[in-house]
Amino acid sequence: MARRPAAGPPRPYHFPRFGRRRLTNGLQLIVAPVHELPVVTVMAVVEAGAGTERVEQAGVAALTVRALLEGTRHRDADALADALESLGTSLDVDVDWDTAIVDLTVLPGRLEAALQLLGEVVLEPAFPTRSVERLKAERLAELLQLRTEPRGLATETFERLLYVSGSRYGEPQHGSADSVVRLTVQDLRRFHETRFQPGGMTLVVVGDTTVDEAERLTRGIFGARAAGVPPLVQVSDAPASTARQVHLVRKDDAVQSELRIGHVGLPRRSPEYFPVVVMNAILGGLFSSRINLNLRERHGYTYGAFSSFDWRRHAGPFVVSTAVQSEVTGAAIAEVIAEIERMRAEEVSDEELSLATSYLGGVFPIRYETTAAIARGLAAMMVYDLPPDYFDRYRDHIASVSTADVHRVARETLRPEMLQIVIVGDAGVVTPQLAEQRLSAPLLYDTEGRPISG
Amino acid sequence: MHIPTDTFELPNGLFVTLSEDHRAPIVAVNVWYHVGSANERPGRTGFAHLFEHMLFQGSEHVGVNEHFELVQRAGGTLNGSTWLERTNYFETMPSNQLALALWLEADRMGYLLPAMTQEKLDTQRAVVKNERRWSIDNQPYGTWWEELPALTFPSSHPFHHSLMGSMEDLSAASLEDISSFFATYYTPDNAVLTIAGDFDPREARELVTRYFGPIPRGKPRPPLEHLALPPTFGQSLERMVDDDVASARLFLAFRSPVLGSEEWYTASVCAAILGTGKGSRLYRALVRERELASEAHAFTFDLSVGADLLVADVLARPEIAPDELRHAVYDVVEQLQRDGVDDADVRRAIALLETAHVTSMQAAGERADKLSMFATYFRDPALVNTHVDRYRSVTAARVNQFVQQRLGEDNRAALLYVPRRKPAAEDALTAAAAGDRP
Repeated sequence: MARRPAAGPPRPYHFPRFGRRRLTNGLQLIVAPVHELPVVTVMAVVEAGAGTERVEQAGVAALTVRALLEGTRHRDADALADALESLGTSLDVDVDWDTAIVDLTVLPGRLEAALQLLGEVVLEPAFPTRSVERLKAERLAELLQLRTEPRGLATETFERLLYVSGSRYGEPQHGSADSVVRLTVQDLRRFHETRFQPGGMTLVVVGDTTVDEAERLTRGIFGARAAGVPPLVQVSDAPASTARQVHLVRKDDAVQSELRIGHVGLPRRSPEYFPVVVMNAILGGLFSSRINLNLRERHGYTYGAFSSFDWRRHAGPFVVSTAVQSEVTGAAIAEVIAEIERMRAEEVSDEELSLATSYLGGVFPIRYETTAAIARGLAAMMVYDLPPDYFDRYRDHIASVSTADVHRVARETLRPEMLQIVIVGDAGVVTPQLAEQRLSAPLLYDTEGRPISG
Repeated sequence: MHIPTDTFELPNGLFVTLSEDHRAPIVAVNVWYHVGSANERPGRTGFAHLFEHMLFQGSEHVGVNEHFELVQRAGGTLNGSTWLERTNYFETMPSNQLALALWLEADRMGYLLPAMTQEKLDTQRAVVKNERRWSIDNQPYGTWWEELPALTFPSSHPFHHSLMGSMEDLSAASLEDISSFFATYYTPDNAVLTIAGDFDPREARELVTRYFGPIPRGKPRPPLEHLALPPTFGQSLERMVDDDVASARLFLAFRSPVLGSEEWYTASVCAAILGTGKGSRLYRALVRERELASEAHAFTFDLSVGADLLVADVLARPEIAPDELRHAVYDVVEQLQRDGVDDADVRRAIALLETAHVTSMQAAGERADKLSMFATYFRDPALVNTHVDRYRSVTAARVNQFVQQRLGEDNRAALLYVPRRKPAAEDALTAAAAGDRP
C-alpha cells in the first residue's frame, strides 16, 4: 500500500455532438443525440428570466412559469397533469435571472406526445384567475417562511443590500410581497406575449433521438407561431455602496450565524471568466479550498464554507457563504477577509493552481453525464452566446490559466474594501465579537429587512 | 435497458460488483458498509455519522486532508453518507484514475487506525456539531428527521434514536470508540464494493485483489436486536412540535413492508398515487381544490429490515390551523380507502416510477450506489434489472388491499409542526405580508 498508484493514460472524451437548426419564425433548435440510455430531455429556454422584468413587477416571470402548468386553451390543470404523468413525466418550470425554463424527461417512445404537451403549455397557457391568485398566495407564504429560514434570509438580504436601489438584482428573484400582491392575470398575459416569442426561444433536445426527428416534431408544434423577438432589457449591476459594511439581521435564538460576505462580481461574458473560475476554486470553490480548509478543517467553526461567482448576463454577486457557531462569528469573518486579502497579496502556489485546474478539467465529463445536464449546458451556450466549440475547448482554457493570471484577476476582481458582510444571527452574542475583530458596528435589521436602531 | 452485473467475492468476504460500460471515460467506485446509526450503542448516538467524517481524515498512507485533495486533483468527485442501516463512500473519477480510488478505499478499510488522533476527532466533532446546528437545530422543521423515527419506532428499536445524535453523546465519543467501531464493523466481510463505468474488468479484478485482498476478515458482529415489529402501529400515534415556522406541516407515517418485498413495490405505487406529481391525490385535493396546502408529497423510507415507513408530507398555507391541515390530509386518506384506486391511477404511478428509475441510471455514481444497495441488502445487484418489472406487476387490486390493511386508523403516526406563537406586533406583520391589508 505504501506505493501510490499512478494514473493510466487518459481516454478521450468529447462533449456530445449537437446539431443546430433555426425555424423561419426565429425559434432555435439544438439537438444532441445521445443513445446510451432510453431517455430524452426536452428543454424550452426562453429569454424571460427575472432580469427581464420591470422592477415594480418583480416576480412576474416566476409567477408566469408556475402558471403555465395551470392549464392551456385545450385542457385544465388536472387534465394536463394526468396527460403528462400518464406518459411517465412531468414538466419542471424554473426561472433564473436570464431565462425561463420549461423541461421534461421522458422515455423515447413517448417523446412526440410529451413534446406536444410542452408546446401547448409554452404557447397556449390559459392563466385561469383562480390559479393565478392561488400561486400568488403560495409565493407570499414562501416569503413568510423565508423569515424563519436563516439560509434563504441571509442570501436574500445580501443581494438586496448589494445592488443600487432600483436594480432588479436587488429584489428577490421570485418577487417581494409588495410586488407580488399587485400582479394581475393581465400582467402575466402581457409578460407572456412579450417574452415568449420564437425569436427569444431555444428548444434543446438531448437523448435517444435524432436531429431530423427532433426538427420534424418541433416544426409541427412551434412552426406555425408568428415570428417575433422580445425586446432587450438592461439591468443595473451598480453596487449600493463602495465602503465595507456589516449588516446584522436579528434572530436572537439562533445557534449559528449564517454569513454572506461579498460584493458585485462580473458578468458571464467577462473575458476573465476562466482565470476567475480557477481563482475562485482555489479561494473557496473546492472542498480543499483555502476558505473551507481554514474554517472547517483547521478551526471546526462550520460544516462547510465556500465562495462563488453567480454568473449572469450582467454582474452577479461574488459571495462567501457559510454558517458558523454563534460564538465564533467574529473570528470566522476575520478569517474570510484574511483569505480574500491573501489571494490579492501573493501568487498562489503551483500546487494550488494545479489542484484547481486538474480538478476543473477532470470533472468536466462528470458534469455532463446526464441528458438534463447536457441540455442545461447547451442552454447556457445559447443564452450567453458562447462559441459552438465552447465545450470542446473548455479544458484547454482552464489548463492555460497561470499563477500570474490568478494573481492578476484576484487583484482586479476581489475588493476587500467593498465587502458587504451580512450576518443572520443572535445580536447579543455576535456584536461584541465584531468589535473585538475591529469590524465596524453592524447596521441592524429585523427579519422583514427593515432597519432597526441598535 | 440492461445494467451489467458481474460479481465475485474475495476470500476475506468482500463482495464485489463490476458493471462495465464505456459511454464516457468515467468510472464510479462505491463502497457500502452494512452499519449505520442502528448499530450504535446507548450513549453513543450519532457515532456512525461522526465515524464517517473520520474516514476522510486520512489513513496509514494518506495524510490529513489528503483524501479529498488526491481525488480532486485526479479530477474526481467524492462524498459519503450515513443512514440508519448503512454508511456509503463513493468517488466518480476519470476512468484512468480507477486505481487511485480503489487504493484510497482500501487504505481506509484496512489501515485507518494509525492515522486517528485526538486532535482530528476533536475537530470533526466540532464540524459535526455544526452540521447538526445547520441541518437540524437552526432549520425550520429540521428536527423531523429525528422526531419521525422516534415517534414510529418503539424506544427499544434500533431505528428509534437520532442518526445525527445528541450534542452530549457526540461530546462523549472517544478514540477507543473509534477503534472498536472500526474493528467490529469496517471489515471486508461487512462491506460491498461496486465499480461502474469505463474500466477493463481484468484490470479492475486485479486491482481489487491486490489492494483489498490482504485486509483480514472481521469477527462475528452483534446482530441488531428487537427488529421485528407487527404490521401496524396498533393505534394512532401523534406528536405536536412547536417550531419557529410560518406554517403548519404534517408528516403522516404508516408502518409499511420492508424494502425488497413484493409489498414494498405496492407501497411505492401507493405513495406515488398519493403524493408524486401534480396529478397525485394529495396535491390535487389539498393544493389545487381546497387551497389549504402549498406542497404535498409522499414517499417510502426504504428500510430493509424491521419495518419501512410510507410518509405523506404536507405543508399548510400559513393561514391554515394545524388541526385543519391534519383533518384535510385524513380526508384524502379516507377517501382513498373508501373509493380505492383504479387501473389508470396505477398506470400513472408506474409510468412515473419507471422514468425516474431509468433516468437515475444515467450517472455512473448513481448506478453504482443502486447496485451496492441491492448487493448489501440482498446479495444480488442484478435485482436492479427486475426493479421496473416488479413495479409493473403491481395491480389496482393489490394497492387497494394495501390501502385497507395499512392506511387505517390503527396505523397512523402524525407528526405535526405547529408555528410557535408570536408577539402581537409580529402577528400584524404576518397578516400584512399575507395581503390582508385594510
